[in-house]
Amino acid sequence: MQTFQDIIFKLKQYWAERGCIIQEPYDVQVGAGTMCPETFLRVLGPKPYRVAYVQPSRRPADGRYGDNPNRLYKHSQLQVILKPSPDDVIEQYLGSLEAIGIDLRKHDIKFEEDNWEAPTLGAWGIGWQVMLDGLEITQFTYFQQCGGIDLEVVPAELTYGLERLTAFLQVKDSVYDIDWTPEFTYRDVRYLDELQYSVYNFEMADIATLWKLFDLHEAEAARLLKAYDPKSADKRRFPLLPAYDHVLNCSNIFNTLDARGAISVTERVGVIQRVRKLAVGVAQAWMDQQSPAVAEVAR
Amino acid sequence: MSADLYTVYLPFLLEIGTEEIPDWMIPTALENLRLLFEKLEIPHDSVTLDATPRRLVLRSEGLPERQADSEEKVLGPAKSAPPQAVAGFARKQGVTPEALAIESTPKGEYYTFVKKVPGRAIKDILAESLPGVVLGIYFPKTMYWTAKSGPRFIRPIRWIVALLGQEIVPFEIAGVRSGALSSGHRRLGAREIAVTVADYEQRLRDHYVILSAEERRTKIQREWKDVHVKPDPSLLETLVYLTEFPTPIAGSFDAEFLALPEEVLVTVMRHHQKYFSVAGEGGKLAPQFVAVMNIPSDPEGFVRRGNERVLRARFNDARFFWETDQKKKLADRVDDLAHVTFQAKLGSYLEKTKRMMKLAAELGGDAQAVRAAELSKCDLTTELVKEFTELQGVVGGLYARTQGESEPVWQAIYDHYKPESMEDSIPRNRTGQIVALADKLDTLRGCFAVGLIPTGSRDPFALRRAAQGVVKILVEAELEIELWPLIADNTELKAFFEDRVKFYFKDIRGFAYDEINAAMAAGWSNLVDLEARLARIQNLRHSPDFEPLAASFKRIKNILEQAKFVGEGTVDPSLLEPGPEKDLYEESRRIAGQPIESAIARLRPKVDLFFDKVLVNAPDARVRHNRLTLLNTLLREFSTIADFSEIVTSS
Repeated sequence: MQTFQDIIFKLKQYWAERGCIIQEPYDVQVGAGTMCPETFLRVLGPKPYRVAYVQPSRRPADGRYGDNPNRLYKHSQLQVILKPSPDDVIEQYLGSLEAIGIDLRKHDIKFEEDNWEAPTLGAWGIGWQVMLDGLEITQFTYFQQCGGIDLEVVPAELTYGLERLTAFLQVKDSVYDIDWTPEFTYRDVRYLDELQYSVYNFEMADIATLWKLFDLHEAEAARLLKAYDPKSADKRRFPLLPAYDHVLNCSNIFNTLDARGAISVTERVGVIQRVRKLAVGVAQAWMDQQSPAVAEVAR
Repeated sequence: MSADLYTVYLPFLLEIGTEEIPDWMIPTALENLRLLFEKLEIPHDSVTLDATPRRLVLRSEGLPERQADSEEKVLGPAKSAPPQAVAGFARKQGVTPEALAIESTPKGEYYTFVKKVPGRAIKDILAESLPGVVLGIYFPKTMYWTAKSGPRFIRPIRWIVALLGQEIVPFEIAGVRSGALSSGHRRLGAREIAVTVADYEQRLRDHYVILSAEERRTKIQREWKDVHVKPDPSLLETLVYLTEFPTPIAGSFDAEFLALPEEVLVTVMRHHQKYFSVAGEGGKLAPQFVAVMNIPSDPEGFVRRGNERVLRARFNDARFFWETDQKKKLADRVDDLAHVTFQAKLGSYLEKTKRMMKLAAELGGDAQAVRAAELSKCDLTTELVKEFTELQGVVGGLYARTQGESEPVWQAIYDHYKPESMEDSIPRNRTGQIVALADKLDTLRGCFAVGLIPTGSRDPFALRRAAQGVVKILVEAELEIELWPLIADNTELKAFFEDRVKFYFKDIRGFAYDEINAAMAAGWSNLVDLEARLARIQNLRHSPDFEPLAASFKRIKNILEQAKFVGEGTVDPSLLEPGPEKDLYEESRRIAGQPIESAIARLRPKVDLFFDKVLVNAPDARVRHNRLTLLNTLLREFSTIADFSEIVTSS
């Protein structure tokens, strides 16, 4: 039987052989692999890029104290970005499923319309949810816009739900029963995570403190964005990446506050707008900062 | 001269190979492709259209190899022109002056020449126009994939087959060159298959692609005939266009899940898993389902077992939610609605609930209706509805029933989103009808008040459907509720409703548009009354006297308008001229207060005679005014049922 980590190794190997940089997870809390700079910023502009990484993705509201067999506060996404998307991108994707031992002549694969959208990031794309014997295993998206900017080059984004995929392959009804290694189950590794974060997110997170943190991160990101000068000669030094980390922090704190039931009706839309404004601001500044690279590519 | 004897006729094949197109867009796209092809005006005998998720295919027979040659007459100089000019014209046409003809035109005699224009090769015309045809197909939401500046289509185009007879029609779209290579099933067929027009369909079949949607449909239905599948034509259509080689398989689930409401089980199977439900004994749900896979068989049971596991997990979730939700009654959830946004500018569902309760009472609803309105939105806070949003209302109704609410109340909650389309039924009881009206009217009034008004195809809050629902409920439940006072403070909303009322009576009920205009001109606040008047007008129309009388009413209206008549007084009998004028006056007195149906036959000859013999515009101002008053009285008498001048008459 392939363990959880065997499957991850094989998928990474597969995409490495197809020219992807194998990145490690981003070290700031995110809700999805898309939010990592490796996707959010790299898809902007004309430069080709290929990257794959496993990203632990935190969704505070999805926590279930470790009780629900299919729902997790933190799940693992394998995120693959192919920019530009190759003509045979779907063939390559199907090949990755075969690489982990799925014989597609004996299984039912369907591509069902599902256009992905992330309002807080000003991002959306066209694509499908990929169904394997009735189970959604991957979100496949051709990015069209990111940070409110129409993309010049269209990347393909593949997001695999690794726990689901493994449960499918190991024939397990609960993600907690999947074998991470021959010796350790997913429960052994992750149960306490799920329990304690559920308790924190739903019961104990201090709302006033979280708001304070939100405001601090927001102010710091906004301060930096305001200080960015597109005309400056050494603008490449300007710390947009740290500014973006603060945006990610805002997003995660917002999600925690939301799970905590602390965001009122009237506030909710407004807070999403606040995060979006920062994300769009970083994306625009980033495009500008990268613009000398446009000239390089042209040459 | 006739080239027809030598014309060669060829078959044509166009296959646009793509990545998976959303199933629901395919039939419309094909119709669009047909129109665009026919617009090219290339002669042909037949057109056949087919599609799978990965290909849109147009085949046509009997295209000529070339366009017919044509002749064009070129007008030269006048006969009187100097010889150099004539020689110049002839030279330009490539002939000697002797080859020119002389023709007399209205302007005099002129030299002419009949030029022969050779027909172009159809292949060239197709090569030129097909990129425009393909990219001209309309899709609701398109993408670009090569670059921002690249072409847009529903999904990336990956190959193109374009053959006229044996030859490739050469063109290129988004870097893809047309050719004679198609592609088979993603995993059971070859990536590249050489095809000809003749063997195309068979070659695809060899590579596990059934081109005809009809054949895929029949295959599914034939192969599931041993199972009692509950008919679901629209799900079948979805699966026909989600697969290239469909095969149904039956799976089962634990019978203990049948303890959950059927609505929940069916929703999970249908909407989330695209499974058909299976009927057991007495029409009840059997613990079985039918999935349709995109491969020919499942000998090792992988697909069946996989689907069964997914369904088990889904049902487990649903049961968990159902049980969790029971811990807190609907009635205890009303205050939680403060945390659920209805619309940013319109506040929470708690505020909406309060408005709906008030409105339900205003609409004549009793205590049950107000109670149902109070609980109607509470299911939005339940786990089951958060998971299966399409079950909103239904879940609330089911919970209300288990929690001991009365039948009118739980049924009203269950039904209050109805009608969800023009085909859907209205809520089954009066309480539900009132709550549904209160819900929809509140949404409409709120959205219009804050400027969220549908424009063109943009209608994010489904306000058209809401207004259409209001109209349908009022009419079909025969609710004599005055609509205007409920919407009148917003002129845009009133105009919006006016359109919906017209749409309903015309497109759904089949009344003629002029009958609708006529009846609505006499008011449409009470839609039950409007329907009754429309039925009367429709009946009256069969009378031979109706249209002539309508024409006379139009004439009367014009005369009054031209005279800028605003008189309110009564007719002075002493000023009436004996004969047609007096006769009309007396007839109008006799029929006053009678329904138009019984008056029409007697009135019409009098009106006709009046217009025939009497000059309305009499020189004496008092007589003229009296005549206008007579006509005005007559017009007003019948305009309570309709403004007959709106009727379009054949004369």
